[in-house]
Amino acid sequence: MTQNQLQRQEIRVGAELPPLTVPAISRTTLALFAGASGDHNPIHIDLDVARSAGLDDVFAHGMLSMAYLTRLLTGWVPQRAVRSCKVRFAAVTPVHGAPVCTGRVVAIDDGLATIALTVALADGTTTLTGEAVVDTTRI
Amino acid sequence: MTIDAVEAKRLQLPVITVPVERGRLQFFAKAIGETDPVYTDLAAAAEAGHPDLPVPPTFFFSLELSSPDPFAYLRELNVDMRQVLHGEQSFEYHTMVHAGETVTVRPRIADVFAKKGGALEFLVRRTDFVRGGELVAEATSTLVVQNAKATS
Repeated sequence: MTQNQLQRQEIRVGAELPPLTVPAISRTTLALFAGASGDHNPIHIDLDVARSAGLDDVFAHGMLSMAYLTRLLTGWVPQRAVRSCKVRFAAVTPVHGAPVCTGRVVAIDDGLATIALTVALADGTTTLTGEAVVDTTRI
Repeated sequence: MTIDAVEAKRLQLPVITVPVERGRLQFFAKAIGETDPVYTDLAAAAEAGHPDLPVPPTFFFSLELSSPDPFAYLRELNVDMRQVLHGEQSFEYHTMVHAGETVTVRPRIADVFAKKGGALEFLVRRTDFVRGGELVAEATSTLVVQNAKATS
């Protein structure tokens, strides 16, 4: 259990999850994530390929941001309580972007808490929005 | 529309059986900056009630990518990988999966549709994750293909 994990009774509508701020994404981060995640699409790691597609630079994997977002969740409740998580990738994350993950409890119904999720960059760009369902009886 | 929807839905995506490796989970944890020792340290995992390191929520996507050529179906559909964006992703979890277990990954193309007169095409892939006959998780991925040359 990490310090952020809370007690079941602390989950109420309107509660904010402790935000997760991650360091700016470097090219090394992207190389490591490509290898570790198995997503070897060169558009994220090879500048030549990015340029051949008309882009100025590589950009981060969407699944890296989603991985940060689920770190927000599992830092808050044990993973066994997470029933589902869905996201929409709203904007690409450029190299050097520093994602901040936030979440808020928007509903609790029959022990299931719905969490609205967002990942945003320092310039205000929302890169990802989503929703998770957490089973409060499994905390 | 450049993707043949009938052909896409008829495609047999390879079913793969993947051993969940502890070292791979530790590397993934490092790559995503995970600080919770439950995901990297056996003793911490055991203290939290896990039989081994847990598979973190988005690693199921990586299990899908464990085949030798995970993007082969895109090439078969004449999709240029450079024009593909990940549009949406969802997971449903039925039970925890841990290192040392073996998971069978069964993907299929569930839907193909176009927007903006074919300038954007959407490919929806659904995947079941099965461990010893038990459905442990499900994933849905929506890929967006940007057809720069299409006219609206």
